Amino acid sequence: MANSSSPSGGKRRFLLAATSVVGGIGAVAVAVPFVRSMTPSARARAAGAPVEVDISKVEPGMMITVEWRGQPVWIVHRTAEMLANIPKMNDRVADPESSQPLQPAYVNKENRAIKPDYLVLVGICSHLGCSPTEKLKIGADSGLGDDWLGGFYCPCHGSKFDVAGRVLKGMPAPVNLKVPPYTFLSDSRILIGQDKS
Amino acid sequence: MSKIAALTQWIDDRFPMTSNWKAHLTEYYAPKNFNFWYYFGSLALLVLVIQILSGIFLTMHYKPDASQAFASVEYIMRDVPSGWLVRYIHSTGASMFFVVVYLHMMRGLLYGSFRKPRELVWIFGMLIYLCLMAEAFFGYLLPWGQMSYWGAQVIVNLFSAVPFVGEDLSVWIRGDYVVSDATLNRFFAFHVIAIPLVLLGLVAAHILALHEVGSNNPDGIEIKKKKDPKTGIPLDGIAFHPYYTVKDIVGVVVFLMVFSVIIFFMPEVGGYFLEYNNFIPADPLKTPPHIAPVWYFTPYYAMLRAVPAMLGSQFPGVIVMGLGVMVFFLLPWLDRGKVKSIRYRGPKYKIWLTLFVISFVILAWLGMNPTDFLGKFPGSTLEMATFLARVFTVIYFAFFVLMPWYTATDKEKPEPERVTG
Repeated sequence: MANSSSPSGGKRRFLLAATSVVGGIGAVAVAVPFVRSMTPSARARAAGAPVEVDISKVEPGMMITVEWRGQPVWIVHRTAEMLANIPKMNDRVADPESSQPLQPAYVNKENRAIKPDYLVLVGICSHLGCSPTEKLKIGADSGLGDDWLGGFYCPCHGSKFDVAGRVLKGMPAPVNLKVPPYTFLSDSRILIGQDKS
Repeated sequence: MSKIAALTQWIDDRFPMTSNWKAHLTEYYAPKNFNFWYYFGSLALLVLVIQILSGIFLTMHYKPDASQAFASVEYIMRDVPSGWLVRYIHSTGASMFFVVVYLHMMRGLLYGSFRKPRELVWIFGMLIYLCLMAEAFFGYLLPWGQMSYWGAQVIVNLFSAVPFVGEDLSVWIRGDYVVSDATLNRFFAFHVIAIPLVLLGLVAAHILALHEVGSNNPDGIEIKKKKDPKTGIPLDGIAFHPYYTVKDIVGVVVFLMVFSVIIFFMPEVGGYFLEYNNFIPADPLKTPPHIAPVWYFTPYYAMLRAVPAMLGSQFPGVIVMGLGVMVFFLLPWLDRGKVKSIRYRGPKYKIWLTLFVISFVILAWLGMNPTDFLGKFPGSTLEMATFLARVFTVIYFAFFVLMPWYTATDKEKPEPERVTG
């Protein structure tokens, strides 16, 4: 080995460093295909196709759950009483005007729906991804106390959402539930996963 | 020369067999005053072997496929001859691994085994602990039950809390937009090959580093300081083999008795080792009413839940949980005491260590239960359990953060010259 203080030392060190850097870049480049192989496959991406749902049999006050992209999507047929309760919740929810971009631009910012009667939500808690339970009943019947005005309750970490999927203040969940892109094909059919064309 | 001696010589000329045998067993001198707490290192090694062996046999029947995984585990339990036994050995081994590792770490805290010159022994040990947590987490998804599914969902979503890149990161980990077949398949790969390989390498590094510096002991003094001038062997050292191999066999026998009782009579341990919800197949549309991780993760889970969302993000809770694990790495540099062992420490360290152990246990208990299980403070929306989790999280971290001060000012007793037995 040449002594680093010998005339050839600086050159040798340069060559060593250059070889290491080039080798290192090569190693990183080789890692790219392996890292990429872990991203969603073409099949997984294709599975995100829109889902068509018939809502004619969903009575007022009822909720159905459909699967879209492997996630639960809720469709709630809201009653007049439920809709009347939404403004009453404005001072108890964290983001009453839906300022966070968790819904398509075409839904109402307060009741978070295209048609107020039908609420469409991705049923995944914004905290850590559990699926909240529907607690649409009002008051003590819900098990959530007398002042409960209907909504959703996440059993994992106790987050509460109102009947527009807006998170209450002081909950573990930081933001409102997501509204998926959807569009009405007719009065009784919804297409989930696709914006209005 | 006998034939065996000739064969030994033949090998030794080509491979360092006898020299390694001596260096790590018959001429590795360990302090003569090891006590009960010193069983758990060798027991951890035993459980590692049990897990690798039972795991190999489980992979012969298990299917890492979302549509077949749950059924294949039930197939192992019902149709594979002795399959139930192999599976219960593996599931009990997972929990017992954490039992012995937590006790092994406790020994370190009691006798200052993490202190100079054993910092790297401690760091390798902590890396083993991290690998073990990863191994347990990946393995827990494989039965594809409700707890498997929703547990993985919650943990992977922790990564989506990372600002800016979180969402992409969690999709990359899952290989899909939700926990799915792709996730199960890769977790299987991590569980059966990637993590075990790293784990074995770290265990080798842990033991090599230990054998370089020598074992600590309940008195926390260095036996290498007092050597026999003629032989160079520490006066308080005895050969690991046969003295400690024989001692450890006693520990192994008692451990296997406990292990067998669990496997044969109470493999679920009341829902602590095998959670009841995991006997229901995974349902991506329905979260079980109460989800909790397995007991060995619950202290950190309680910390995660204790921290409220801040600025529209739950990242602070994730950070606190991560720090709860990582802070152990800093121990060798936080402790400024002059003595190592609890025997000669002053009252401050003893009190703080006691508070720390109490916090760890209470956080574990809180993490097993829903946040509303203790009710609310009268006239307040604050849940009692959340409040307790906050208090004990603060004590947990205070043990570490305040350590440089309380150890430096503690009223310690003088260490003895030689080990006291």
